Amino acid sequence: MLRVLEAGRARRPPAVNAPRTMADLLQRVAANGDVEAFRALFEAYAPRVKSYMLRQGADPATAEELAQETLLAVWRKAALYSDEKGSATTWIFTIARNLRIDRLRKEVVWQPLPENNDEQPSPDPAPDEELSERERGERVRAMLAELPPDQAAVVTLAFVEGLSHGQIAARLGLPLGTVKSRMRLAYQKIRDALEDLR
Amino acid sequence: MTITHHPDISTLMCCSAGSQPEACAAVIASHLACCPQCRAEVRRMQKIGVALFDMLEPSAMSESAPIIAMRACEQDNPDAAEGARVPCLKACKGDVPAPLAALIGERLDDIPWRWISPGVWTFQVPLSKGCSGDLRLFKIAPGKALPEHEHEGSELTLILRGSYSDALGTYQPGDVADIDEGIAHGPVACPMKGCICLTATEGKIRFKNWLTRLLQPLFSR
Repeated sequence: MLRVLEAGRARRPPAVNAPRTMADLLQRVAANGDVEAFRALFEAYAPRVKSYMLRQGADPATAEELAQETLLAVWRKAALYSDEKGSATTWIFTIARNLRIDRLRKEVVWQPLPENNDEQPSPDPAPDEELSERERGERVRAMLAELPPDQAAVVTLAFVEGLSHGQIAARLGLPLGTVKSRMRLAYQKIRDALEDLR
Repeated sequence: MTITHHPDISTLMCCSAGSQPEACAAVIASHLACCPQCRAEVRRMQKIGVALFDMLEPSAMSESAPIIAMRACEQDNPDAAEGARVPCLKACKGDVPAPLAALIGERLDDIPWRWISPGVWTFQVPLSKGCSGDLRLFKIAPGKALPEHEHEGSELTLILRGSYSDALGTYQPGDVADIDEGIAHGPVACPMKGCICLTATEGKIRFKNWLTRLLQPLFSR
């Protein structure tokens, strides 16, 4: 259950970062239908999307299919991406997350992509804001790795395994209230880390 | 609309994770449509999902990039023209939040209400096939109470019109009552305007006294 966090602590796998490059690749796909740029995105993200789908309970064939489909959606929707909407990773992850709700749980995706959010980001991010976007990611990862194991467990079960409060309570044999308070405590710490960077 | 009661932080986290049961997700999406503060919070929480995603050990793909499928969608690409797609998170229309309007229409007065007890009507909102949980509208006449009940799992209620009060406070349109499992409560509708609300439960609703238990079959049809 804590595999993700432990992996993060011990030897972080080469994270899909270098956000600048990934955003550039995405923009090349959008502008010219650049197949080579797309192949690079595919190699960087598809294996991680497949892992995500496996952790969400998909069998290997479905996970592979959903990873393919996520990246196909990236190809089709690339024109809708702009770096105002956050990093390329955020954007691609959100497509995967929504596809998972739609296909794996066969439910209505009530929470839309951030592309639908109406909050105005700064129209033209300055270079130091780019850096701070990356730093924020680093900071959140560090913060997650430092959470007490009981808090890390509920966060991981919700975000990586896709379990509801009720399902987490059942899985861990805890009262619902305990699950909720652990999530609150975890977020408090992470939020503080995000605030510091503003 | 001044919103004073927001969903619990842990509820917003599940929303950001995309791990809420559909009924609860519908209530939260409707609240988010009216609440910029919670929208910003959910967006901040998304960084947690992204960070955990970033930390996943990759699994090797057995197929390479789907070049043929990509070529196929160049011929017929509806998404490319999607740039001007209407945002889902726009302001509420009348008293039905935009995300909910897709399911129940834009006018609360047109709902085919079903009477369940004196001064209380309900309408069950259909969920996707196979979903557990329950999503329904309640219409409560001025000064009437919803029969006291308990529920399995969390209960989320969004006020759409009028207001209601219970031991925990008074809730106005846009407010969410985020109530833990097993807490019995019997909200009373505003004596002037009554109340219309949208309620999601993760499990079944249970009524407390023997008389209202007779109503139970109406809730579990």
